Amino acid sequence: MAGREDWWYDEAAGPLVRPYAMVRGRTRPLRPELHLVTQVRAMPSPADPDALSVEHLEIMELCRRPLSVAEVAAYLDVPLVVVKVLLSDLIQRGDVVIRDPSRVPQVPDRNLLQAVLDGVRGI
Amino acid sequence: MVSVESERPGGELLVPTPVKIVIAGGFGTGKTTMVNAVSEIPPLHTEELLTEAGVGVDDVLGLEQKETTTVALDFGRITINPEVVLYLFGTPGQNRFWFMWDELAYGAIGAVILVDTRRLDSSFPSIDFFERRGIPFIIAVNCFEGAHLYEVEEVRRALDVEKGIPLVLCDARDRESAKTVLVNLIQHTMDRLDAMA
Repeated sequence: MAGREDWWYDEAAGPLVRPYAMVRGRTRPLRPELHLVTQVRAMPSPADPDALSVEHLEIMELCRRPLSVAEVAAYLDVPLVVVKVLLSDLIQRGDVVIRDPSRVPQVPDRNLLQAVLDGVRGI
Repeated sequence: MVSVESERPGGELLVPTPVKIVIAGGFGTGKTTMVNAVSEIPPLHTEELLTEAGVGVDDVLGLEQKETTTVALDFGRITINPEVVLYLFGTPGQNRFWFMWDELAYGAIGAVILVDTRRLDSSFPSIDFFERRGIPFIIAVNCFEGAHLYEVEEVRRALDVEKGIPLVLCDARDRESAKTVLVNLIQHTMDRLDAMA
């Protein structure tokens, strides 16, 4: 399912080639709202799983519970920029949802800070 | 709080609000140690590829012939409640990756700047960074074993930070101590918010 065009690379090809192959050479478009901590969550099942790569499906599996972009990158062990490209695909397809960026305050407000304060005290 | 962007009817899923705290300081001041002390998961590691210019995300992928640099990030997580998740990011070791620092600081609650009294100067770049951007921060002096214990006011004078910036002593390995540091930072950010209101 990784796509026939991936046949030419192997382990010896080096770390920069693999991320390139994974996104099939695309460098855009990246969703600008994908930051390190942006929360992503997969829909219960992808609309058309046959159209997805192994990496896309791994993300769908990981994001059954909400995770940050940085966590997805860490668990998949690929650079952040690669995960952002793959997530952008999935968001475009409607298979992954993120929080409406217009509703996320740029700086935490007092209620949010109070919740975090209570939470940290409670751990 | 629970509204999400969804393109499918009836497809509303809970997507939490993320918040973050930056753990900064010079090399070897205990940043990852502190993240480890409070994180609910073992600290995670991820990498960003940057061109030497440090700006061109678009240019990074697949450019085998261009100079690229890997910036490593270590981070931890504290689930506050089902709707809020706190992330703790250690700053990358090399201070030249300011591009990454900007991304880390974007929207952050604030920063804890860890200080080793044996190498005070290694924390100056972090202090400068957060001071200049007006991002709330506190100083946490990591009391390494064997290091001479200084008075808080001595350290404050040596670092030349203003009176309004909290300065606390801590043991970055100790969960309760690291928790106290985070609580101090969050309260400091709230105080600043109240003062501006």
